[in-house]
Amino acid sequence: MHVAIELTKYLMIILIGTYTYHGYRVVVKKNKAYQEKSYRWMTFCLFMLHFAGYFSIYIQVPSDKLLLLYGGQVVLFILVITLYMNIYPNISRVLLLNMLMLLAIGFIILTRLSIDKLVRQVLISGFSCTIGLFVPAIMERFKKLRNFGWIFGVLGIGILVLVLLVGDERYGATSWLTVLGIRFQPLEFVKISFVFCIAALFDEGTDFKRICAVTVMAAATVLAIVFQRDLGGALIFFVTYVFILYVATAKSLYLMSGLAAGSLAAWMAYRMFDHVKVRVMAWKNPFGYIDNEGYQISQSLFAIGTGGWLGVGLLQGLPTSIPVVDSDFVFSAIAEELGGFFAICIILIYINCFMIIINISLKHWDNFYCLLSFGFAVMFSFQVFLSIGGVIKFIPSTGVTLPFISSGGSSIITSIIMFMIIQGIFHTGKSEKVNKQHIHKVGEPNEE
Amino acid sequence: MKNKKVIWSVVYIFLGLFVMTLGYFTYYLMFRSKEVVNSTYNLRHDVLSKRVIRGDIISADGIILAETIIDEDGEEIRSYPYNDMYAHVVGRVLRGRTGIEEVENITLLTSDSRSSDALYNDLIGVKNPGNNVVSTLNHKLTKAAYDALGDNRGAVVVIEPSTGKILAMVSKPAYNPNDIEKNWDKLSEDNEDESPLLNRASQGLYPPGSTFKIITTLAYMRENPDYKDYSYKCKGSTEYEGMTIRCSNNRVHGNISLKEAFAQSCNSSFATMGSSIPVDSFRSLCESFYFNKALPARVINNPSRFEMRLGDYSVKEAMQTGIGQGRTLITPLHNAMIAATIANGGIMMKPYVIDRVESSGGRLLKGYVPEEATQVMTLSEVDYLKSLMASVVTDGTAKKLNKLDVKVGGKTGTAQQEGYKSHAWFIGFAPINDPKIAISVIVENKGSGSEYAVPIAEKVLDAYFD
Ligand SMILES: [Zn+2]
Repeated sequence: MHVAIELTKYLMIILIGTYTYHGYRVVVKKNKAYQEKSYRWMTFCLFMLHFAGYFSIYIQVPSDKLLLLYGGQVVLFILVITLYMNIYPNISRVLLLNMLMLLAIGFIILTRLSIDKLVRQVLISGFSCTIGLFVPAIMERFKKLRNFGWIFGVLGIGILVLVLLVGDERYGATSWLTVLGIRFQPLEFVKISFVFCIAALFDEGTDFKRICAVTVMAAATVLAIVFQRDLGGALIFFVTYVFILYVATAKSLYLMSGLAAGSLAAWMAYRMFDHVKVRVMAWKNPFGYIDNEGYQISQSLFAIGTGGWLGVGLLQGLPTSIPVVDSDFVFSAIAEELGGFFAICIILIYINCFMIIINISLKHWDNFYCLLSFGFAVMFSFQVFLSIGGVIKFIPSTGVTLPFISSGGSSIITSIIMFMIIQGIFHTGKSEKVNKQHIHKVGEPNEE
Repeated sequence: MKNKKVIWSVVYIFLGLFVMTLGYFTYYLMFRSKEVVNSTYNLRHDVLSKRVIRGDIISADGIILAETIIDEDGEEIRSYPYNDMYAHVVGRVLRGRTGIEEVENITLLTSDSRSSDALYNDLIGVKNPGNNVVSTLNHKLTKAAYDALGDNRGAVVVIEPSTGKILAMVSKPAYNPNDIEKNWDKLSEDNEDESPLLNRASQGLYPPGSTFKIITTLAYMRENPDYKDYSYKCKGSTEYEGMTIRCSNNRVHGNISLKEAFAQSCNSSFATMGSSIPVDSFRSLCESFYFNKALPARVINNPSRFEMRLGDYSVKEAMQTGIGQGRTLITPLHNAMIAATIANGGIMMKPYVIDRVESSGGRLLKGYVPEEATQVMTLSEVDYLKSLMASVVTDGTAKKLNKLDVKVGGKTGTAQQEGYKSHAWFIGFAPINDPKIAISVIVENKGSGSEYAVPIAEKVLDAYFD
């Protein structure tokens, strides 16, 4: 049995390595035949890695429930790939595969951490993918949505204020709402409406008066999040806004003053709020405060360090010694059991996603979609940076989830819908191009 | 589109963030993680011990001090061939890791053997042998110190002055780490107040007695550049507001120079000296010698104490402090470091017990190099203190050492204990011109330094130089 555990450990590293390699090859090589070959490799690696992970867990703790869950996930992956590819042939296949790969890694590690949370995670993922299927179609159908920027903005603030008034407190942050017995984090959904609203408003114009008005609205949103004591969330919204503003106006003065204001705010937060001071303290010297404030980050560093480059193997480590390991600190659990190489590949896959989304933004003819995908790219990658940087002690921990991998319903739904909106943009970009070419071809004979 | 260039600049910013994250992660795994995971708070040590057979701890002269053997039932047993001789410095694994077993726990539980066998073992789940730790400890010296201490309570520390290598560190009473489980209740209850679990050598705090006169002399020298002309008329005792400090054995030393006062350990003159030194410069001198802070050593230690400070002392206390009584406390390890610093020309080296780490196949994995802690004295100060310490052996309280072939310098101490017999001290080094070893000996509640500590030092020096 030990042989099998060790071998699957190495196999998983090889598989994710191969997957990552092809993910970048597709971006670099423009040749269709090469790309096709890489897509096949990536799909193969996805299913093999998913299988290897479950195999390794199953031989150690066999149960029928595990088989059922594995089967369910495989069906979900196959359905997503075939349905999406058939309904929207023009979407980015790499992005779709990356999404499934990250989901699969999340499923595997969550199987090992908490089977109950996994069941929830799989169900919510299935639900989100079903909704996601309609997203590109809705975007095509309701193109007028972009005219309601202000409404989205005000709605977002309204939801956040509502949370402040009637929300539940958990892990020291008041950011949970319970409706019909379902507890969720409205902040996650506001992420989408926020980027949508900012992109729509700046698409209409970037005169100084408008910039002031939008800035006030964005500031209100960020403040509402600060009052929820969710500093990671506030930081993500703030950074996203500053960068969209910068790209929409092309004036570096806005970026500079935005970042300066942000630094000032961070310094003030450090001086004013104890829970900020504690985080910075725990970051500077986690082992000095190992019994209290530094406990979580110390355990995280132990996990990563003990795992080393190759990991100790699934179910062989002690990731559960890290508090909230399944959400904010999931990266450490992966690094411990699947290894440093595996963890680096995950970071590379996130960078890959970032490049692809930015690429859409660079190439799209519609300024609104350009801003929208850019905003999502910044929001997505900054969240990844905060989450991973925090658990490896590169930056102070801000308690942010890792998209697609961390357990948490609201986070998963938002990440999937965000990616499907991006796919929708990709789809419209391509189909418009096809239409234009078509018109051109039809027109050709007449000109001759 | 006009903002393409702008988007690219943002791409570079974010790629920069990601590259730095990757860089930090790689740096952590390559250079920092080994030290971090060694923390006793890391609950994963037990996970590692399921994959690796704990490595050996070996003395500098190649003798196994701790090893893991498999008994008839296939159980792993940690075995200490010299029983209680290395109990404190090598330590134990059961009932709370201590000593080298604690400091190098992860090292011992990591296997870096690179052979194909090791890889195969890893695959089929057979445990690989862990890395071995080679200490700086010298078995011959340790045994000599252990035997010389006999049944006394006390400690002996031997340091190589030029490197800071700890060649021997013995504390008594000790316990047998092989029987720790069986005897744990008795040991931890400690009904006889013997503290066998305590490493007296690095954790025991004692009044330094007359060994502190080295520091008093140095402080006096710094305050009085004409110290070579010092003279004092000893009447056998000195008095201040009803407190009398006597010279030992009620001797009257008469007219004496600084050298004679030092060699004869004249309490009257040093008490007077102590009260003449400004307390803040006395204190800062002591703190430059690592009083009031943890020693720069990877050996668990208690900070020595120098309590006098401006606004919190009296003339009486200053007089007592001058002769190493009062509130001043020191560990035997620290006192050995002071002797070693003088031997090493005023440069204090960081003491260490682990020389290198080797794979089970003998491949060098990590070597510890000597490190300077601080320079605390000038060469001329050192030369003068050396001449004083030489006279202690030629004409003073450690005359017994004069019969050795090697020339020794040192200082005895007799730390008085209210209601008990005194603690006997000796610190010193040899050979005086090119010191190879520095030594610190304490015997608890036995009597004078010359009578009880010097003979132990003699046996250890004899073992080294014979
Ligand atoms: Zn005298």
